[in-house]
Amino acid sequence: MSKIDFSAYPDEHGRFGNYGGSFVAETLMAPLAELTEAYLRLRQDPDFLAELDRDLKYYVGRPSPVYYAERLSQHVGGARILLKREDLNHTGAHKINNTIGQALVARRMGKPRMIAETGAGQHGVASATVAARFGLKCVVYMGAVDIERQKINVYRMKLLGAEVVPVTSGSKTLKDALNEAMRDWVTNVADTFYIIGTVAGPHPYPLMVRDFNAIVGREARVQVQEQFGRLPDVITACVGGGSNAIGLFHTFLNDEQVRIVGAEAAGEGIATGHHAASLAAGRPGVLHGNRTYVLCDDNGQITETHSVSAGLDYPGVGPEHAFLKDAGRAEYVGITDDEALEAFHLLARTEGILAALESSHAVAQAIKLAREYPKDALVLCNLSGRGDKDVHTIAAREGVQV
Amino acid sequence: MSRIDRRFAQLKAASRTGLIPFVTAGDPSPQHAVALMHALVGAGADVIELGVPFSDPMADGPVIQHASERAIARGVGLNDVLRWVAEFRQRDDETPVVLMGYLNPIEIHGYGRFAQQAVQAGVDGVLVVDCPLEESAVLQPLREAGLQQILLAAPTTAPARMVQLCGSAQGFLYYVSFAGITGAARLSTSDIAARVADIRAKSKAPVAVGFGVRDAQSAKAIAGFADAVVIGTALVERLAGAVGVDDIAARAKAFLAPIRAALDAH
Repeated sequence: MSKIDFSAYPDEHGRFGNYGGSFVAETLMAPLAELTEAYLRLRQDPDFLAELDRDLKYYVGRPSPVYYAERLSQHVGGARILLKREDLNHTGAHKINNTIGQALVARRMGKPRMIAETGAGQHGVASATVAARFGLKCVVYMGAVDIERQKINVYRMKLLGAEVVPVTSGSKTLKDALNEAMRDWVTNVADTFYIIGTVAGPHPYPLMVRDFNAIVGREARVQVQEQFGRLPDVITACVGGGSNAIGLFHTFLNDEQVRIVGAEAAGEGIATGHHAASLAAGRPGVLHGNRTYVLCDDNGQITETHSVSAGLDYPGVGPEHAFLKDAGRAEYVGITDDEALEAFHLLARTEGILAALESSHAVAQAIKLAREYPKDALVLCNLSGRGDKDVHTIAAREGVQV
Repeated sequence: MSRIDRRFAQLKAASRTGLIPFVTAGDPSPQHAVALMHALVGAGADVIELGVPFSDPMADGPVIQHASERAIARGVGLNDVLRWVAEFRQRDDETPVVLMGYLNPIEIHGYGRFAQQAVQAGVDGVLVVDCPLEESAVLQPLREAGLQQILLAAPTTAPARMVQLCGSAQGFLYYVSFAGITGAARLSTSDIAARVADIRAKSKAPVAVGFGVRDAQSAKAIAGFADAVVIGTALVERLAGAVGVDDIAARAKAFLAPIRAALDAH
């Protein structure tokens, strides 16, 4: 493999090799240009970056620790598993790293209204939270199926003062919520900031959301070196849209000795067709403003996905992941619903941590990797969110009345 | 000269405003898709915009999204749309047909293969909603095959960019509202008139306007300053649920005839 400087992407057109770009209707070109101009300026503005750092430290509670999960590692009997504890952030997931950043951008752009789409509800809660924090109006679009799956998060958003709009078109999940949010943005662009929750969408979103989440990997790289005197051997994270994964991966991309593995939702198994593994089982296409790997049929229609975890239930993936896959820099593998649940229980019992179902996919992959490596090796896993929101889903699946 | 260019030249010579109905291919009925196209022409259509169903039409409103969902549920895909255009061409070699849709179905079909098949079927132009000028290098095989790339312009389009769009426009330039949802309420007819006048001054290509046009009255207001009027959502809504070829044709005619009359009375 010829040397690629992964920090050089995306290019000025928002392209990561063949992926990314701005595949949107003409009506969105002006607002995207306005946002790109503002963000490219702000990401170099020391005053903005200092403001962001202050909020990440005092409001979000950063840095989040890297925790050596000793009992889990012993139970598995392989390498040492380290958890980057994004579940300990305010609101309980990595999503707030991004929403704080985008809310600050919105404020600097003078936009009083924020809209967001959400799948599991984590991004919606993180958006509603920062909207309250900065005194912005917040409207969250959420698929009707997801609203049913994530009632607690819906109520949480309402408590935080956000309006939650159910989306009943299509499969009534994340992708439909995204369509609806885009329509709102097109209609209300003058006063509205669209706060996208993952590293997908048109340029500059994959860049901006990655930048705001990259603090995860920046911190972890230093923390692992401080505690263990070297870099991890392999790092892993779950991949739906891919924001927590790119957050962890990005800083490590030029560390050739660090293996990178993304865990996608294999649902009931990739062979069954009921999954959300866009990279492992999809093909290059164009969806939601960018070229990336998508799950679609031979007519180009986006197919419905399945995962026990609402946050991974998405038929596309961030374009930077598509690029990393093709470049051979990262591997993407599937973790089934059952494997994720098994990892959820194992982590709960050995470490006293309830992981989000999304993050449980990463834990399951970390366990598999730990078995492959010798005992002194280091497997770093992004524990992207806490599992309180999923307790009802898990109980229902296991036939327990709560 | 392409069918689209010829049609606009005829309209200009006759001092008429063009009528461009949009329908989603395969809705309300795949069996009568071709009959519907002929019915549109019979009711006064100058150009047909045929929507290629897509699962995630993010720039369309709910009415057209639902039409897409219904067509997809009946198994309609790009191959069917091309077949229907070819069938339509057996009886109508004059009326231009523009396929309107999203990039993914074409990308998955293959650009070169699509270009060749579309030209062979008798398609004249392609309007790919989510492929702005900046990304349209991928459509080069289509242009080379002779398909005209219809571009969108919007109220948000910046002046410098408008010059660029006007310079690149083929066939006609389609000036759209904000997805036709609520945008129309935001600009007065005189605002639209001023903007379209500006675009027409810059553009070699004629300008078609789709701005929440629902009926004869709103069509007539736009006829005063546009080369053509595009009517989509209201027509799709009217056709939804129609059963049988007679019902479909009757509804299309009942909807379009007063609009045609209003445009011609202008």
